Amino acid sequence: MSYSTKVIEHTENPRNVGTLDKNDPNVGTGLVGAPACGDVMRLQIKVGDGGLIEDARFKTFGCGSAIASSSLATEWLKGKTIDQAEAIRNVDIVTELDLPPVKIHCSVLAEDAIKSAIADFRAKQAARRDSVAAVAPASEGPVPHGAAREAQG
Amino acid sequence: MTLQLPIFMDYHSTTPVDPRVVEEMLPHFTKSFGNAASRNHAFGWAAEEAVEHARERVGQLLGAASAKEIVFTSGATESNNLAIKGVADFYRDKGDHVVTQVTEHKAVLDTCKRLEKEGLRVTYLDVGKDGRVDPADVAKAIGDKTILVSIMLANNEIGTVQPLREIGEITRARGVLLHSDAVQGVGKVPFDVQSMNVDLASVTAHKMYGPKGVGALYVRRSKPRVRLVAQMDGGGHERGMRSGTLNVPAIVGFGKACDIMRLEGREESARILALRERLRTRLVGELDEVHLNGSFEHRLPGNLNLSFAFVEGEGLMMAIKDVAVSSGSACTSSSLEPSYVLRALGVGDELAHSSIRFGLGRFNTPEEVDYVADLVATKVRKLRELSPLYEMHQEGIDLEKVQWVAH
Ligand SMILES: Cc1ncc(COP(=O)(O)O)c(C=O)c1O
Repeated sequence: MSYSTKVIEHTENPRNVGTLDKNDPNVGTGLVGAPACGDVMRLQIKVGDGGLIEDARFKTFGCGSAIASSSLATEWLKGKTIDQAEAIRNVDIVTELDLPPVKIHCSVLAEDAIKSAIADFRAKQAARRDSVAAVAPASEGPVPHGAAREAQG
Repeated sequence: MTLQLPIFMDYHSTTPVDPRVVEEMLPHFTKSFGNAASRNHAFGWAAEEAVEHARERVGQLLGAASAKEIVFTSGATESNNLAIKGVADFYRDKGDHVVTQVTEHKAVLDTCKRLEKEGLRVTYLDVGKDGRVDPADVAKAIGDKTILVSIMLANNEIGTVQPLREIGEITRARGVLLHSDAVQGVGKVPFDVQSMNVDLASVTAHKMYGPKGVGALYVRRSKPRVRLVAQMDGGGHERGMRSGTLNVPAIVGFGKACDIMRLEGREESARILALRERLRTRLVGELDEVHLNGSFEHRLPGNLNLSFAFVEGEGLMMAIKDVAVSSGSACTSSSLEPSYVLRALGVGDELAHSSIRFGLGRFNTPEEVDYVADLVATKVRKLRELSPLYEMHQEGIDLEKVQWVAH
Protein backbone atom coordinates (compact mmCIF):
# COMPACT_ATOMS: atom_id res chain seq x y z
CA MET A 1 0.00 0.00 0.00
CA SER A 2 1.32 3.44 -0.76
CA TYR A 3 0.70 6.36 1.54
CA SER A 4 -0.68 9.76 0.66
CA THR A 5 1.78 12.62 0.81
CA LYS A 6 -0.19 14.07 3.72
CA VAL A 7 0.15 10.92 5.77
CA ILE A 8 3.87 10.80 5.05
CA GLU A 9 4.23 14.46 5.96
CA HIS A 10 2.48 13.99 9.31
CA THR A 11 4.46 10.90 10.22
CA GLU A 12 7.75 12.55 9.36
CA ASN A 13 6.83 15.73 11.21
CA PRO A 14 4.19 14.83 13.73
CA ARG A 15 2.54 17.89 15.31
CA ASN A 16 1.95 18.35 19.02
CA VAL A 17 3.59 15.21 20.30
CA GLY A 18 3.69 15.18 24.06
CA THR A 19 2.08 14.84 27.42
CA LEU A 20 -0.09 17.24 29.44
CA ASP A 21 -0.60 16.87 33.17
CA LYS A 22 -3.48 14.45 33.40
CA ASN A 23 -4.28 15.64 36.92
CA ASP A 24 -4.82 19.23 35.80
CA PRO A 25 -8.59 19.89 36.04
CA ASN A 26 -8.47 21.76 32.74
CA VAL A 27 -6.92 18.82 30.93
CA GLY A 28 -9.00 16.07 29.38
CA THR A 29 -7.28 12.78 28.49
CA GLY A 30 -8.51 10.13 26.10
CA LEU A 31 -6.74 6.77 25.84
CA VAL A 32 -8.28 4.49 23.23
CA GLY A 33 -7.37 1.34 21.35
CA ALA A 34 -5.39 -1.65 22.58
CA PRO A 35 -1.83 -2.87 22.07
CA ALA A 36 -3.13 -6.26 20.97
CA CYS A 37 -5.08 -4.57 18.17
CA GLY A 38 -2.01 -2.74 16.97
CA ASP A 39 -3.04 0.79 17.83
CA VAL A 40 -3.32 2.90 20.93
CA MET A 41 -3.93 6.65 20.89
CA ARG A 42 -3.62 9.02 23.78
CA LEU A 43 -5.04 12.44 23.04
CA GLN A 44 -5.13 15.32 25.51
CA ILE A 45 -6.77 18.70 25.43
CA LYS A 46 -6.23 21.68 27.69
CA VAL A 47 -9.18 24.04 27.88
CA GLY A 48 -8.64 27.70 28.71
CA ASP A 49 -10.89 29.82 30.90
CA GLY A 50 -12.68 31.18 27.86
CA GLY A 51 -13.76 27.64 26.94
CA LEU A 52 -11.37 27.36 24.02
CA ILE A 53 -8.97 24.45 23.58
CA GLU A 54 -5.63 26.14 24.04
CA ASP A 55 -3.42 23.09 23.72
CA ALA A 56 -3.71 19.58 22.37
CA ARG A 57 -1.14 16.77 22.58
CA PHE A 58 -0.94 13.20 21.45
CA LYS A 59 1.09 10.05 21.60
CA THR A 60 0.22 7.12 19.35
CA PHE A 61 1.34 3.53 19.02
CA GLY A 62 0.26 2.52 15.56
CA CYS A 63 0.85 2.58 11.84
CA GLY A 64 1.57 5.71 9.85
CA SER A 65 -2.09 6.39 9.24
CA ALA A 66 -2.87 6.18 12.96
CA ILE A 67 -0.03 8.57 13.79
CA ALA A 68 -1.13 10.97 11.05
CA SER A 69 -4.79 10.82 12.13
CA SER A 70 -3.97 11.78 15.70
CA SER A 71 -1.42 14.40 14.67
CA LEU A 72 -4.03 16.01 12.42
CA ALA A 73 -6.64 15.83 15.17
CA THR A 74 -4.45 17.82 17.56
CA GLU A 75 -3.92 20.47 14.90
CA TRP A 76 -7.66 20.79 14.35
CA LEU A 77 -8.50 20.83 18.05
CA LYS A 78 -6.43 23.86 18.95
CA GLY A 79 -8.52 27.04 19.13
CA LYS A 80 -11.83 25.20 18.95
CA THR A 81 -14.60 25.21 21.53
CA ILE A 82 -15.57 21.87 23.05
CA ASP A 83 -18.74 21.83 20.95
CA GLN A 84 -16.77 22.45 17.78
CA ALA A 85 -14.28 19.77 18.75
CA GLU A 86 -17.10 17.34 19.32
CA ALA A 87 -18.31 17.95 15.79
CA ILE A 88 -15.09 16.58 14.23
CA ARG A 89 -15.96 13.42 12.34
CA ASN A 90 -13.73 10.59 11.24
CA VAL A 91 -14.75 11.18 7.62
CA ASP A 92 -13.19 14.63 7.82
CA ILE A 93 -9.90 12.96 8.72
CA VAL A 94 -10.29 10.35 5.98
CA THR A 95 -10.84 13.09 3.42
CA GLU A 96 -8.01 15.30 4.62
CA LEU A 97 -5.47 12.48 4.74
CA ASP A 98 -6.73 10.48 1.76
CA LEU A 99 -6.94 7.34 3.85
CA PRO A 100 -7.65 4.10 1.95
CA PRO A 101 -10.55 1.88 3.13
CA VAL A 102 -8.30 -0.44 5.20
CA LYS A 103 -7.13 2.58 7.20
CA ILE A 104 -10.52 4.05 8.04
CA HIS A 105 -10.35 2.47 11.48
CA CYS A 106 -7.42 4.81 12.26
CA SER A 107 -9.68 7.82 11.73
CA VAL A 108 -12.42 6.20 13.81
CA LEU A 109 -9.93 5.74 16.61
CA ALA A 110 -8.93 9.41 16.38
CA GLU A 111 -12.58 10.47 16.64
CA ASP A 112 -12.98 8.15 19.64
CA ALA A 113 -9.89 9.69 21.21
CA ILE A 114 -11.30 13.21 20.82
CA LYS A 115 -14.64 12.17 22.31
CA SER A 116 -12.93 10.37 25.14
CA ALA A 117 -10.73 13.38 25.96
CA ILE A 118 -13.79 15.64 25.96
CA ALA A 119 -15.72 13.23 28.18
CA ASP A 120 -12.81 13.16 30.62
CA PHE A 121 -12.62 16.95 30.67
CA ARG A 122 -16.37 17.24 31.27
CA ALA A 123 -16.30 14.65 34.03
CA LYS A 124 -13.53 16.58 35.77
CA GLN A 125 -15.42 19.85 35.40
CA ALA A 126 -18.58 18.27 36.76
CA ALA A 127 -16.71 16.80 39.69
CA ARG A 128 -15.21 20.19 40.41
CA ARG A 129 -18.59 21.93 40.30
CA ASP A 130 -19.90 19.22 42.60
CA SER A 131 -17.22 19.79 45.13
CA VAL A 132 -17.65 23.59 44.88
CA ALA A 133 -21.41 23.23 45.30
CA ALA A 134 -20.90 20.86 48.17
CA VAL A 135 -18.64 23.31 49.89
CA ALA A 136 -20.57 26.55 49.20
CA PRO A 137 -23.83 25.86 51.08
CA ALA A 138 -21.91 24.47 54.00
CA SER A 139 -22.13 27.82 55.83
CA GLU A 140 -25.89 27.32 56.05
CA GLY A 141 -25.49 23.95 57.57
CA PRO A 142 -24.52 20.55 56.30
CA VAL A 143 -26.08 19.52 53.00
CA PRO A 144 -25.96 15.91 51.97
CA HIS A 145 -23.69 15.32 48.97
CA GLY A 146 -26.55 13.84 46.96
CA ALA A 147 -28.63 16.99 47.37
CA ALA A 148 -25.83 19.15 46.10
CA ARG A 149 -25.51 16.93 43.11
CA GLU A 150 -29.22 17.30 42.43
CA ALA A 151 -29.02 21.04 42.73
CA GLN A 152 -26.54 20.97 39.90
CA GLY A 153 -29.28 19.51 37.70
CA MET B 1 30.46 5.60 0.99
CA THR B 2 28.17 5.21 -1.97
CA LEU B 3 25.06 3.50 -0.80
CA GLN B 4 22.25 2.80 -3.21
CA LEU B 5 18.77 3.44 -1.84
CA PRO B 6 16.34 1.79 -1.41
CA ILE B 7 18.05 -1.17 0.25
CA PHE B 8 16.51 -4.59 -0.22
CA MET B 9 16.37 -6.67 2.97
CA ASP B 10 13.37 -8.79 2.16
CA TYR B 11 15.03 -11.82 0.59
CA HIS B 12 12.41 -14.20 1.98
CA SER B 13 9.77 -12.60 -0.20
CA THR B 14 11.79 -12.96 -3.37
CA THR B 15 15.28 -12.37 -4.73
CA PRO B 16 16.74 -10.52 -7.68
CA VAL B 17 17.81 -12.79 -10.52
CA ASP B 18 21.56 -13.33 -10.47
CA PRO B 19 23.12 -11.79 -13.61
CA ARG B 20 24.80 -15.14 -14.35
CA VAL B 21 21.33 -16.69 -14.41
CA VAL B 22 19.95 -14.03 -16.73
CA GLU B 23 22.83 -14.60 -19.10
CA GLU B 24 22.05 -18.29 -19.45
CA MET B 25 18.37 -17.62 -19.91
CA LEU B 26 18.56 -15.03 -22.67
CA PRO B 27 19.26 -17.22 -25.71
CA HIS B 28 16.21 -19.29 -24.85
CA PHE B 29 13.86 -16.41 -25.51
CA THR B 30 15.04 -15.72 -29.03
CA LYS B 31 17.42 -18.11 -30.80
CA SER B 32 16.72 -21.32 -28.94
CA PHE B 33 13.01 -20.88 -28.41
CA GLY B 34 11.76 -24.36 -29.25
CA ASN B 35 9.09 -26.35 -27.49
CA ALA B 36 10.77 -29.04 -25.41
CA ALA B 37 7.98 -31.41 -26.41
CA SER B 38 8.69 -31.07 -30.15
CA ARG B 39 10.35 -34.41 -30.74
CA ASN B 40 11.11 -34.11 -34.43
CA HIS B 41 13.16 -31.04 -35.14
CA ALA B 42 16.31 -29.32 -33.99
CA PHE B 43 14.51 -26.50 -32.16
CA GLY B 44 12.67 -29.00 -30.00
CA TRP B 45 15.78 -31.09 -29.39
CA ALA B 46 17.76 -28.04 -28.27
CA ALA B 47 15.01 -27.02 -25.87
CA GLU B 48 14.71 -30.52 -24.50
CA GLU B 49 18.44 -30.74 -23.97
CA ALA B 50 18.43 -27.43 -22.09
CA VAL B 51 15.57 -28.59 -19.89
CA GLU B 52 17.25 -31.90 -19.11
CA HIS B 53 20.46 -30.12 -18.19
CA ALA B 54 18.50 -27.92 -15.80
CA ARG B 55 16.74 -30.98 -14.39
CA GLU B 56 20.11 -32.51 -13.56
CA ARG B 57 21.20 -29.36 -11.80
CA VAL B 58 18.04 -29.07 -9.70
CA GLY B 59 18.27 -32.75 -8.81
CA GLN B 60 21.90 -32.39 -7.77
CA LEU B 61 21.15 -29.54 -5.40
CA LEU B 62 18.46 -31.58 -3.67
CA GLY B 63 20.49 -34.76 -3.58
CA ALA B 64 18.11 -36.64 -5.87
CA ALA B 65 19.23 -40.09 -7.05
CA SER B 66 18.02 -39.31 -10.55
CA ALA B 67 17.05 -36.22 -12.51
CA LYS B 68 13.86 -38.09 -13.40
CA GLU B 69 12.67 -37.35 -9.88
CA ILE B 70 12.34 -33.64 -10.70
CA VAL B 71 8.98 -32.36 -11.97
CA PHE B 72 8.97 -28.76 -13.13
CA THR B 73 6.07 -26.60 -11.99
CA SER B 74 5.10 -22.94 -11.93
CA GLY B 75 6.49 -22.50 -8.40
CA ALA B 76 6.25 -23.80 -4.89
CA THR B 77 2.55 -23.06 -4.49
CA GLU B 78 1.87 -25.47 -7.31
CA SER B 79 4.46 -27.95 -6.03
CA ASN B 80 2.85 -28.02 -2.59
CA ASN B 81 -0.60 -28.47 -4.12
CA LEU B 82 0.59 -31.22 -6.40
CA ALA B 83 2.43 -33.06 -3.64
CA ILE B 84 -0.33 -33.02 -1.05
CA LYS B 85 -3.38 -33.35 -3.29
CA GLY B 86 -1.57 -35.75 -5.59
CA VAL B 87 -0.68 -38.08 -2.72
CA ALA B 88 -4.07 -37.74 -1.04
CA ASP B 89 -5.82 -38.63 -4.29
CA PHE B 90 -3.56 -41.54 -5.16
CA TYR B 91 -3.42 -43.17 -1.74
CA ARG B 92 -7.09 -42.72 -0.84
CA ASP B 93 -7.55 -46.46 -0.49
CA LYS B 94 -4.61 -46.70 1.84
CA GLY B 95 -5.54 -43.90 4.19
CA ASP B 96 -7.16 -40.55 4.75
CA HIS B 97 -4.94 -38.78 7.26
CA VAL B 98 -2.25 -36.11 6.82
CA VAL B 99 0.02 -34.63 9.50
CA THR B 100 1.40 -31.12 9.20
CA GLN B 101 2.15 -28.21 11.54
CA VAL B 102 0.72 -24.77 12.21
CA THR B 103 3.46 -22.51 10.85
CA GLU B 104 3.49 -23.98 7.36
CA HIS B 105 3.07 -21.65 4.40
CA LYS B 106 -0.51 -21.03 3.28
CA ALA B 107 0.18 -23.08 0.17
CA VAL B 108 0.35 -26.11 2.47
CA LEU B 109 -2.24 -25.09 5.07
CA ASP B 110 -4.92 -24.05 2.61
CA THR B 111 -4.31 -27.13 0.50
CA CYS B 112 -4.92 -29.21 3.63
CA LYS B 113 -8.05 -27.20 4.43
CA ARG B 114 -9.36 -27.92 0.96
CA LEU B 115 -8.75 -31.63 1.41
CA GLU B 116 -10.49 -31.55 4.78
CA LYS B 117 -13.61 -30.34 2.99
CA GLU B 118 -13.30 -33.41 0.83
CA GLY B 119 -13.24 -35.70 3.84
CA LEU B 120 -9.52 -36.01 4.57
CA ARG B 121 -8.40 -35.74 8.19
CA VAL B 122 -5.53 -33.39 8.96
CA THR B 123 -3.56 -33.01 12.18
CA TYR B 124 -1.96 -29.58 12.62
CA LEU B 125 0.84 -30.00 15.16
CA ASP B 126 1.70 -27.13 17.47
CA VAL B 127 5.21 -25.75 17.66
CA GLY B 128 7.26 -24.78 20.69
CA LYS B 129 8.21 -21.23 21.66
CA ASP B 130 11.20 -21.59 19.34
CA GLY B 131 8.95 -22.42 16.38
CA ARG B 132 10.02 -26.07 16.07
CA VAL B 133 7.82 -29.13 15.99
CA ASP B 134 8.75 -31.91 18.34
CA PRO B 135 9.52 -35.06 16.34
CA ALA B 136 7.91 -37.03 19.18
CA ASP B 137 4.65 -35.24 18.40
CA VAL B 138 4.95 -36.31 14.79
CA ALA B 139 5.45 -39.90 15.88
CA LYS B 140 2.40 -39.71 18.15
CA ALA B 141 0.22 -38.19 15.45
CA ILE B 142 0.91 -40.93 12.92
CA GLY B 143 -1.82 -43.57 12.85
CA ASP B 144 -2.85 -46.52 10.68
CA LYS B 145 -4.54 -44.27 8.18
CA THR B 146 -1.76 -41.68 7.90
CA ILE B 147 -0.46 -41.39 4.34
CA LEU B 148 1.61 -38.22 4.46
CA VAL B 149 3.54 -35.96 6.80
CA SER B 150 4.26 -32.47 5.48
CA ILE B 151 6.80 -30.39 7.40
CA MET B 152 8.70 -27.45 5.97
CA LEU B 153 12.47 -27.20 5.98
CA ALA B 154 12.56 -23.58 7.18
CA ASN B 155 9.92 -21.02 7.93
CA ASN B 156 9.53 -17.94 5.75
CA GLU B 157 8.74 -15.53 8.60
CA ILE B 158 10.92 -16.55 11.50
CA GLY B 159 13.51 -18.62 9.63
CA THR B 160 13.14 -21.52 12.04
CA VAL B 161 14.69 -24.71 10.68
CA GLN B 162 12.66 -27.83 11.47
CA PRO B 163 14.17 -31.10 12.71
CA LEU B 164 13.56 -32.73 9.35
CA ARG B 165 16.22 -35.40 9.70
CA GLU B 166 14.64 -36.73 12.90
CA ILE B 167 11.18 -36.55 11.36
CA GLY B 168 12.42 -38.39 8.28
CA GLU B 169 13.66 -41.26 10.44
CA ILE B 170 10.21 -41.56 11.97
CA THR B 171 8.25 -41.41 8.74
CA ARG B 172 10.56 -43.89 7.05
CA ALA B 173 10.28 -46.34 9.96
CA ARG B 174 6.51 -46.01 9.97
CA GLY B 175 6.11 -46.32 6.21
CA VAL B 176 4.55 -42.89 5.80
CA LEU B 177 5.53 -40.48 3.04
CA LEU B 178 7.33 -37.26 3.98
CA HIS B 179 6.83 -34.05 2.02
CA SER B 180 8.83 -30.92 2.75
CA ASP B 181 8.29 -27.37 1.57
CA ALA B 182 12.00 -26.70 1.23
CA VAL B 183 11.62 -23.30 -0.45
CA GLN B 184 13.36 -21.13 2.13
CA GLY B 185 16.09 -23.47 3.22
CA VAL B 186 17.52 -25.13 0.13
CA GLY B 187 21.10 -24.05 -0.48
CA LYS B 188 21.13 -22.14 2.80
CA VAL B 189 20.98 -24.88 5.41
CA PRO B 190 21.86 -28.58 5.01
CA PHE B 191 19.23 -30.38 2.98
CA ASP B 192 19.43 -33.66 1.17
CA VAL B 193 16.51 -35.88 0.25
CA GLN B 194 18.56 -39.07 0.65
CA SER B 195 20.00 -38.70 4.11
CA MET B 196 16.86 -36.96 5.37
CA ASN B 197 14.47 -39.54 3.93
CA VAL B 198 12.37 -36.91 2.21
CA ASP B 199 10.02 -38.35 -0.39
CA LEU B 200 8.62 -35.16 -1.89
CA ALA B 201 10.14 -31.67 -1.78
CA SER B 202 8.88 -28.34 -3.09
CA VAL B 203 11.28 -25.67 -4.32
CA THR B 204 10.95 -22.41 -6.23
CA ALA B 205 13.49 -20.48 -8.29
CA HIS B 206 12.64 -16.96 -7.22
CA LYS B 207 13.81 -17.50 -3.64
CA MET B 208 17.25 -18.53 -4.86
CA TYR B 209 18.18 -15.85 -7.38
CA GLY B 210 16.31 -17.44 -10.25
CA PRO B 211 13.24 -16.17 -12.11
CA LYS B 212 9.69 -16.06 -10.78
CA GLY B 213 7.05 -18.48 -11.96
CA VAL B 214 9.13 -21.64 -12.05
CA GLY B 215 9.68 -24.29 -9.42
CA ALA B 216 9.91 -28.01 -8.98
CA LEU B 217 8.59 -30.92 -7.05
CA TYR B 218 11.02 -33.67 -6.17
CA VAL B 219 9.18 -37.01 -6.34
CA ARG B 220 11.12 -40.05 -5.11
CA ARG B 221 11.22 -42.88 -7.65
CA SER B 222 12.53 -45.72 -5.55
CA LYS B 223 12.44 -46.94 -1.97
CA PRO B 224 9.67 -46.02 -1.93
CA ARG B 225 8.38 -45.11 -5.35
CA VAL B 226 5.98 -42.23 -4.80
CA ARG B 227 2.86 -42.08 -6.95
CA LEU B 228 0.76 -39.00 -7.59
CA VAL B 229 -2.50 -38.16 -9.28
CA ALA B 230 -1.82 -35.24 -11.63
CA GLN B 231 -3.74 -32.11 -10.76
CA MET B 232 -3.52 -30.60 -14.24
CA ASP B 233 -4.91 -32.49 -17.21
CA GLY B 234 -3.45 -32.03 -20.66
CA GLY B 235 -0.61 -33.15 -22.86
CA GLY B 236 1.00 -35.42 -20.30
CA HIS B 237 4.24 -33.51 -19.88
CA GLU B 238 6.60 -34.23 -17.01
CA ARG B 239 5.86 -37.97 -16.99
CA GLY B 240 2.19 -37.22 -16.80
CA MET B 241 2.53 -35.47 -13.49
CA ARG B 242 2.29 -31.91 -14.75
CA SER B 243 0.88 -31.09 -18.15
CA GLY B 244 1.69 -27.83 -19.87
CA THR B 245 4.39 -26.59 -22.23
CA LEU B 246 7.58 -26.11 -20.28
CA ASN B 247 8.78 -22.59 -19.60
CA VAL B 248 12.21 -23.29 -21.06
CA PRO B 249 14.02 -19.98 -20.36
CA ALA B 250 12.81 -19.99 -16.75
CA ILE B 251 13.74 -23.64 -16.26
CA VAL B 252 17.21 -22.96 -17.67
CA GLY B 253 17.57 -20.06 -15.23
CA PHE B 254 16.33 -22.21 -12.36
CA GLY B 255 18.97 -24.82 -13.25
CA LYS B 256 21.73 -22.24 -13.25
CA ALA B 257 20.49 -20.76 -9.96
CA CYS B 258 20.61 -24.23 -8.39
CA ASP B 259 24.10 -24.78 -9.70
CA ILE B 260 25.32 -21.52 -8.16
CA MET B 261 23.68 -22.46 -4.87
CA ARG B 262 25.26 -25.90 -4.87
CA LEU B 263 28.72 -24.50 -5.53
CA GLU B 264 28.59 -21.31 -3.48
CA GLY B 265 25.79 -21.80 -0.97
CA ARG B 266 27.90 -22.87 1.97
CA GLU B 267 30.32 -19.96 1.73
CA GLU B 268 27.53 -17.54 1.01
CA SER B 269 25.57 -18.66 4.05
CA ALA B 270 28.56 -18.01 6.30
CA ARG B 271 28.92 -14.52 4.86
CA ILE B 272 25.21 -13.77 5.23
CA LEU B 273 25.14 -15.13 8.76
CA ALA B 274 27.95 -12.74 9.70
CA LEU B 275 25.96 -9.84 8.24
CA ARG B 276 22.84 -10.85 10.10
CA GLU B 277 24.71 -11.16 13.37
CA ARG B 278 26.21 -7.75 12.81
CA LEU B 279 22.72 -6.35 12.39
CA ARG B 280 21.30 -8.25 15.34
CA THR B 281 24.04 -7.42 17.82
CA ARG B 282 23.94 -3.76 16.91
CA LEU B 283 20.17 -3.48 17.28
CA VAL B 284 19.99 -5.50 20.47
CA GLY B 285 22.95 -3.57 21.85
CA GLU B 286 21.60 -0.12 21.10
CA LEU B 287 17.94 -0.56 21.99
CA ASP B 288 16.15 -1.97 25.01
CA GLU B 289 13.13 -4.26 24.77
CA VAL B 290 14.04 -5.90 21.47
CA HIS B 291 12.88 -9.51 21.23
CA LEU B 292 14.04 -12.19 18.81
CA ASN B 293 11.19 -14.29 17.41
CA GLY B 294 11.92 -17.93 16.68
CA SER B 295 14.87 -20.16 17.49
CA PHE B 296 18.28 -18.52 17.57
CA GLU B 297 20.12 -21.77 17.09
CA HIS B 298 18.01 -23.41 14.40
CA ARG B 299 17.64 -20.50 12.07
CA LEU B 300 18.20 -19.52 8.46
CA PRO B 301 21.42 -17.50 8.20
CA GLY B 302 19.69 -14.53 6.55
CA ASN B 303 16.66 -14.33 8.82
CA LEU B 304 16.26 -11.80 11.59
CA ASN B 305 12.75 -11.43 12.99
CA LEU B 306 12.65 -8.90 15.81
CA SER B 307 9.90 -7.30 17.84
CA PHE B 308 10.64 -3.73 18.85
CA ALA B 309 8.29 -3.43 21.82
CA PHE B 310 6.06 -0.32 22.04
CA VAL B 311 6.52 0.46 18.34
CA GLU B 312 4.06 -0.74 15.73
CA GLY B 313 5.62 -2.64 12.84
CA GLU B 314 4.01 -0.86 9.96
CA GLY B 315 4.69 2.52 11.51
CA LEU B 316 8.34 1.53 11.75
CA MET B 317 8.39 0.24 8.19
CA MET B 318 7.10 3.57 7.02
CA ALA B 319 9.74 5.40 9.04
CA ILE B 320 12.45 3.34 7.37
CA LYS B 321 10.88 3.36 3.96
CA ASP B 322 14.23 3.37 2.17
CA VAL B 323 14.72 -0.14 3.49
CA ALA B 324 12.55 -2.96 2.18
CA VAL B 325 11.62 -5.30 5.03
CA SER B 326 8.39 -6.94 6.09
CA SER B 327 6.27 -7.06 9.23
CA GLY B 328 4.04 -9.51 11.06
CA SER B 329 1.88 -6.56 12.00
CA ALA B 330 -1.74 -6.86 11.04
CA CYS B 331 -1.58 -3.50 9.39
CA THR B 332 0.46 -4.88 6.53
CA SER B 333 -2.25 -7.35 5.67
CA SER B 334 -5.84 -6.63 4.82
CA SER B 335 -7.09 -9.05 7.45
CA LEU B 336 -6.02 -6.92 10.44
CA GLU B 337 -4.94 -10.13 12.16
CA PRO B 338 -1.31 -10.30 13.18
CA SER B 339 0.91 -13.08 11.87
CA TYR B 340 -0.40 -16.59 12.55
CA VAL B 341 3.19 -17.79 12.70
CA LEU B 342 4.12 -15.49 15.59
CA ARG B 343 0.86 -16.38 17.30
CA ALA B 344 1.74 -20.06 17.04
CA LEU B 345 4.94 -19.38 18.99
CA GLY B 346 2.93 -17.77 21.74
CA VAL B 347 4.23 -14.30 20.91
CA GLY B 348 1.57 -11.94 22.28
CA ASP B 349 -0.45 -9.93 19.77
CA GLU B 350 1.18 -6.69 20.91
CA LEU B 351 4.66 -8.01 20.18
CA ALA B 352 3.45 -9.54 16.93
CA HIS B 353 2.30 -6.06 15.91
CA SER B 354 5.80 -4.82 16.69
CA SER B 355 7.65 -7.37 14.59
CA ILE B 356 9.93 -6.72 11.66
CA ARG B 357 11.41 -9.40 9.44
CA PHE B 358 14.80 -8.60 7.98
CA GLY B 359 15.76 -11.01 5.23
CA LEU B 360 19.40 -10.75 4.22
CA GLY B 361 20.75 -12.19 1.03
CA ARG B 362 23.36 -12.43 -1.68
CA PHE B 363 23.71 -8.79 -2.59
CA ASN B 364 23.66 -7.16 0.86
CA THR B 365 26.84 -5.47 2.02
CA PRO B 366 28.29 -4.59 5.44
CA GLU B 367 27.74 -0.91 4.59
CA GLU B 368 24.05 -1.60 4.05
CA VAL B 369 23.82 -3.44 7.34
CA ASP B 370 25.40 -0.53 9.20
CA TYR B 371 23.11 1.94 7.47
CA VAL B 372 20.05 -0.13 8.36
CA ALA B 373 21.17 -0.61 11.97
CA ASP B 374 21.66 3.15 12.40
CA LEU B 375 18.39 4.00 10.74
CA VAL B 376 16.31 1.45 12.62
CA ALA B 377 17.80 2.40 15.99
CA THR B 378 17.15 6.10 15.35
CA LYS B 379 13.59 5.55 14.16
CA VAL B 380 12.68 3.14 16.94
CA ARG B 381 13.83 5.74 19.48
CA LYS B 382 11.82 8.42 17.70
CA LEU B 383 8.69 6.29 17.51
CA ARG B 384 9.02 5.33 21.16
CA GLU B 385 9.01 9.01 22.02
CA LEU B 386 5.72 9.06 20.17
CA SER B 387 4.42 5.95 21.88
CA PRO B 388 2.06 6.20 24.84
CA LEU B 389 2.97 2.58 25.64
CA TYR B 390 6.66 3.34 26.01
CA GLU B 391 5.84 6.25 28.31
CA MET B 392 3.61 4.01 30.42
CA HIS B 393 6.27 1.32 30.46
CA GLN B 394 8.82 3.83 31.70
CA GLU B 395 6.43 4.97 34.40
CA GLY B 396 6.36 1.39 35.57
CA ILE B 397 2.79 0.70 34.49
CA ASP B 398 2.14 -2.95 33.68
CA LEU B 399 0.54 -2.79 30.24
CA GLU B 400 -0.94 -6.23 30.72
CA LYS B 401 -3.05 -4.92 33.59
CA VAL B 402 -4.49 -1.89 31.82
CA GLN B 403 -8.14 -2.15 30.85
CA TRP B 404 -7.88 -1.33 27.16
CA VAL B 405 -10.88 -0.02 25.30
CA ALA B 406 -10.63 -1.92 22.04
CA HIS B 407 -12.64 -0.42 19.23
C1 LIG C 1 7.78 -21.43 2.58
C2 LIG C 1 7.16 -21.05 1.27
N1 LIG C 1 6.42 -21.94 0.59
C3 LIG C 1 5.84 -21.65 -0.57
C4 LIG C 1 5.97 -20.40 -1.15
C5 LIG C 1 5.28 -20.11 -2.44
O1 LIG C 1 6.18 -20.15 -3.50
P1 LIG C 1 5.81 -19.58 -4.94
O2 LIG C 1 5.86 -18.11 -4.81
O3 LIG C 1 6.87 -20.11 -5.84
O4 LIG C 1 4.47 -20.09 -5.30
C6 LIG C 1 6.74 -19.45 -0.49
C7 LIG C 1 6.91 -18.09 -1.04
O5 LIG C 1 6.14 -17.19 -0.80
C8 LIG C 1 7.34 -19.77 0.75
O6 LIG C 1 8.05 -18.88 1.43
